[in-house]
Amino acid sequence: MKNFLFELREGLLIAFRAIRANKVRSILTTLGIVIGVTSVVLMSTAIKGIDNAFQTGVSSLGSDNLYIDKWQWFNNDIPWWELRNRKNLTLEDYKKYKELAKLPLAVAPTVWNFNTVKFKDRVVEGLIIQGTTSDYIQTTNLSFSEGRFFNELESNGGRNVIVLGSEVAKKLFPIGYAVGQEVKIKGHKFRVVGVLAEQGSWVMGNFNPDKQVFLPIQNIFKYLQNENLRSITINVRAKNSQMVEATKEEAVGIMRRIRGLAYNQENDFSINQQEGLLNTINQTVGVIQIAGLFITGLSLFVGAIGIMNIMFVSVKERTKEIGIRKAIGAKRRAILGQFITESAVICLIGGLIGLVFAVILSLIINQFLPTSVQVDALILAIVISIATGVISGFAPAYTAAKLDPVEALRYE
Amino acid sequence: MNIITIEHIAKIYQVGSEEVHALADVSLKIDKGEYVAIMGPSGSGKSTLMNILGCLDTPTKGIYNFNGVNVSEMNDNELAKIRNKEIGFVFQTFNLLPRSDALHNVELPLIYAGVSSAERKERAKEALAHVGLADRMHHKPNELSGGQRQRVAIARALVTRPSIILADEPTGNLDTKTGEDIMALFNEIYEQGNTIILVTHEEYIAEHAERILRIRDGLIEKDEIVKERFIPKKNGASKI
Ligand SMILES: Nc1ncnc2c1ncn2[C@@H]1O[C@H](COP(=O)(O)OP(=O)(O)OP(=O)(O)O)[C@@H](O)[C@H]1O
Ligand SMILES: [Mg+2]
Repeated sequence: MKNFLFELREGLLIAFRAIRANKVRSILTTLGIVIGVTSVVLMSTAIKGIDNAFQTGVSSLGSDNLYIDKWQWFNNDIPWWELRNRKNLTLEDYKKYKELAKLPLAVAPTVWNFNTVKFKDRVVEGLIIQGTTSDYIQTTNLSFSEGRFFNELESNGGRNVIVLGSEVAKKLFPIGYAVGQEVKIKGHKFRVVGVLAEQGSWVMGNFNPDKQVFLPIQNIFKYLQNENLRSITINVRAKNSQMVEATKEEAVGIMRRIRGLAYNQENDFSINQQEGLLNTINQTVGVIQIAGLFITGLSLFVGAIGIMNIMFVSVKERTKEIGIRKAIGAKRRAILGQFITESAVICLIGGLIGLVFAVILSLIINQFLPTSVQVDALILAIVISIATGVISGFAPAYTAAKLDPVEALRYE
Repeated sequence: MNIITIEHIAKIYQVGSEEVHALADVSLKIDKGEYVAIMGPSGSGKSTLMNILGCLDTPTKGIYNFNGVNVSEMNDNELAKIRNKEIGFVFQTFNLLPRSDALHNVELPLIYAGVSSAERKERAKEALAHVGLADRMHHKPNELSGGQRQRVAIARALVTRPSIILADEPTGNLDTKTGEDIMALFNEIYEQGNTIILVTHEEYIAEHAERILRIRDGLIEKDEIVKERFIPKKNGASKI
């Protein structure tokens, strides 16, 4: 053990001396590792950023939420046509469920429609118009920058009121003061009662509440859509995360009763959860990760081959030195350790330089994908560069270690 | 007591289809404290014999007993240990590490012996002082003269307090005057009780030894005692 430490120190000393003696060569060799480590760190940082964005996007759905729907959102087992043939979920179903369900914190129906909203000469096209009830707000974590959600009276009465997502409001009312104004959808006037605070979960695309507007649900059917052609979604929020399963079981029982299913009939509805979405996202992120790993792995591999090559050259050049060391009593292990140490040091230096590059570049990435280099990425980079050095240095070091001392000494 | 006993040693190289008998059949005993010069024409097998004696190489045939241990059957690592602890090798071409200073070159065997840094420095400095290079410790080999380089090499050979010093033409690359200085150093080392085996082409170098061994074609041609053994005042090897 003591020997090992002395030899390691000697190995480090030799390594630094050898690197100093061949500056240009060392720099060029290290470049491969610098690029490899930079790409590994950047890739892992970018993937983490993507993952974070997805996760925050999903969690804006609320982890305690259930969505009773005709459609199964993340479906791999039920044939599509079977889902299509299911009976639509209606407002009647919703009302019955709300009456019977004891466990939920809040229940609200939703139905959506693509449409255009205008204010004077300003137009926002193709946004999602959600129809719902005043209870909807309790099934979400939304907050307001202006005004409020429509109340029970407005909801039940099907008043022409509207709540705007932050981005929609910004487009229609660039200087604010949306509340009290009247916007138009298909020529019908709606009075703005509230504007949502910005949610900023960009991954959800059009389903981002920032890009939506909300009406009492009756208005959707009255002005925009035939009620009989549309299936609604029942949004259910459990009291807390422990209650999600119980609430779900209760919902299955109640829905089966409402839908009049016999004991031997399959459910003709699905209870969706963000978990399903999470699974899909995790799969996607997994694919990105594998692709990223493969690409970065490739660049590291190229770097490692460079190191191996230069270490073989180094061993060849220093055959005489190896002979001297062996002649005065260096064991195979010491020579092996010396060259592996040298290779690891070169790679570690490359890795540290790569890390600096990665941190700088990640600041640029951060401009469009919120992320930062994490401690585990730093550790990963250091571990990877040392490991690369050890692995690519092994074969050259081994040839050095088993050199015959007499022949090595004779080498000029 | 015999420090070296070799019996019917042969070293055979296969060159193409031909066998080269670098050593044909050599038997030899060397006592503790002896000073032996090996002479012979070029290609007679002197270096081959030295390499085997120094455990750098193993014989093709025969038995080599070093300090009562059979080294002819040892593996690489065991031989490395013997070289490190028991043998001090001095070469014709010095064989110093070019990028290391004198001190570090002398320290090197102690590193592989697992001696702590402080003790290493201490002993290396002592050894360098002993060969008269106390003021050249931080010189690199290319900043030293040939004689000084060989002194560093001798300090390196002495620093582990080996049982035996082997020198293969240590003055071969030096002018006569410098060679004589180096031989004076070997004499001093010998008089401190060390065992020395030295290869040389020059009679006047060989005259320093108490015993001269003449080799030809891989065989011992003549083995004669030319001087009486020097008996050091203190017994045992020097405390360098
Ligand atoms: N690796 C080898 N392969 C083949 N033949 C070898 C090898 N090493 C030595 N020999 C041969 O063995 C013989 C003895 O060589 P050695 O080096 O021992 O001679 P030497 O007495 O030291 O000569 P010199 O005085 O020139 O140094 C020579 O004929 C040489 O050609
Ligand atoms: Mg020779």
